[in-house]
Amino acid sequence: MMRVMLQPHRIVMLMIALALVVWIVLAGNWSWLPKYAPMIGQGIWRTVWLLVLSLVIGFALAVPLGLAQASGPWYLARPAQAFCTVIRGTPLLLQIWLLYFGLGALFPSIPWIRESDLWPLLRQAWPYALVALSLSFAGYEGEVMRGAFASVPRGQLEAARAMGMPRRKILSRISFPLALRSVLPTLGGETVLQLKATPLVATITVVEIYAVTSRVRQDTLIIYEPLFLLAAVYLVLAGIIVALFRWFEGRQPRRQP
Amino acid sequence: MQVGCDDGKAMRGVQEQMSTASQAVRNEARPEAICVQNLHKSFGQHEVLKGVSISAREGDVVTLIGGSGSGKSTLLRCVNFLETPSSGRILIGGEEVRCRPDGTPADRRQIERIRQSLGMVFQQFNLWTHKTVLENLIEVPVQVLGKPRDEAVAMARKLLDRVGLKTKEDAYPAFLSGGQQQRAAIARALCMEPRAMLFDEPTSALDPELVGEVLAVIRSLADEGRTMLLVTHEMKFAREVSDHIVYLYNGLIEEEGPPDQLFGAPQSARLQQFLKSVS
Ligand SMILES: Nc1ncnc2c1ncn2[C@@H]1O[C@H](COP(=O)(O)OP(=O)(O)O)[C@@H](O)[C@H]1O
Ligand SMILES: [Mg+2]
Repeated sequence: MMRVMLQPHRIVMLMIALALVVWIVLAGNWSWLPKYAPMIGQGIWRTVWLLVLSLVIGFALAVPLGLAQASGPWYLARPAQAFCTVIRGTPLLLQIWLLYFGLGALFPSIPWIRESDLWPLLRQAWPYALVALSLSFAGYEGEVMRGAFASVPRGQLEAARAMGMPRRKILSRISFPLALRSVLPTLGGETVLQLKATPLVATITVVEIYAVTSRVRQDTLIIYEPLFLLAAVYLVLAGIIVALFRWFEGRQPRRQP
Repeated sequence: MQVGCDDGKAMRGVQEQMSTASQAVRNEARPEAICVQNLHKSFGQHEVLKGVSISAREGDVVTLIGGSGSGKSTLLRCVNFLETPSSGRILIGGEEVRCRPDGTPADRRQIERIRQSLGMVFQQFNLWTHKTVLENLIEVPVQVLGKPRDEAVAMARKLLDRVGLKTKEDAYPAFLSGGQQQRAAIARALCMEPRAMLFDEPTSALDPELVGEVLAVIRSLADEGRTMLLVTHEMKFAREVSDHIVYLYNGLIEEEGPPDQLFGAPQSARLQQFLKSVS
């Protein structure tokens, strides 16, 4: 690892990058930072939990979506396939707006919804953002999981059947772990993509980190420094995601010695 | 020759049917472990099994031989319902599998229970690649049969020792040779304490130098009186361990009998041809 990093051209690139960062930090105008620090912290927090929750909910939906397509009866497979196609074929921005401006406008006109305990929640923007992000992730990963379930070696499933394992056990103990294993590398990349999709929710008034930096730019009329900060935040988050997945993959038994 | 099955109804009939001498020897008092009667199996238009009857009493080693595509695997897979027979009866330990009118098993639980009593060993080993050897062995005993984990582990270790894999319990299958994987797969089947074992060409995927170690394990199982249904192309081995040989040709039993008779004095021209081609 270190050896690879220390090739001459890499060293030159690293030096240039480092110089650029140092120059930005030293020459930039960062006087606004202390004042906005709490907001920035909140923005990052909001981005992180929107990301994590949408990943969890989205993946929980993706597993049945993938399973239905890979080995379900047609009346489950077709709707699942349709869902994935629609989600993947339309812009996320459109989905977010349809949910927020569409459903969000419809709900107040329905009395029993206005009176329900959920109403305080439905009046806010973030539930719509979370649902849109989750459904989007479910759509993409549903397709990925379809491939993963379909690629589980037949022989290993047959061995489980031949030993009298009930279907559910085969799913939870054999198919799912094997499918998950095969999607881990893809999943890491898709998680980074999901991170980079989160700023779209700023368009429906959810104040995550992108919205915070926009606000800074409007207030202070400083153009570049907030954007650099934003880039740094996403880079660090993406780095953490990549590192987590690397670690997780490293813990799996390798396929071939 | 029609083989009878030991269920309640057929029992008396079978006693009377025992006419030929060879059958009388085989039929003694041992209960029937596996009985297949007039089995037909089609894949779409293609009829692969055209009425096959076989029977294995407890302790019998019955070996199926035959050319590629003759239906040996299909027959074996019908016995534990990995394939659904098109028609015919299958009795495991005298228990008939209940089927719906369309031929599919009526009771999933019954099928699962029967499968648990039949240890199957595949040509491609089919160990679960995400589990270590030991985890492969204890998976079903612990997760399905509800055996306490430490009991299952103790048993698994004993069996691993027996197949010569004592030191490999923490290895993942990908790190084992084919011969080691197949021995682990046999141990995994044994962990279920099966009534009978089904082997589908257990050495066909192995490099020649690894065949011996697997055959040695299978031979030791035969020697301790295990009931086995074995598909193999190892004719010398089949002759040594089998009590009964069945030669399948094109979905039908062309000839069957004790190994010395079948290998020593084959009657059918096709079997003579087949034996010449494999030796
Ligand atoms: N799942 C299946 N679908 C369609 N045809 C099959 C299937 N399994 C086996 N067959 C066909 O059945 C015939 C017998 O196969 P098999 O039982 O595997 O033969 P053997 O094990 O004796 O080589 C072959 O012609 C094969 O193509
Ligand atoms: Mg075969």
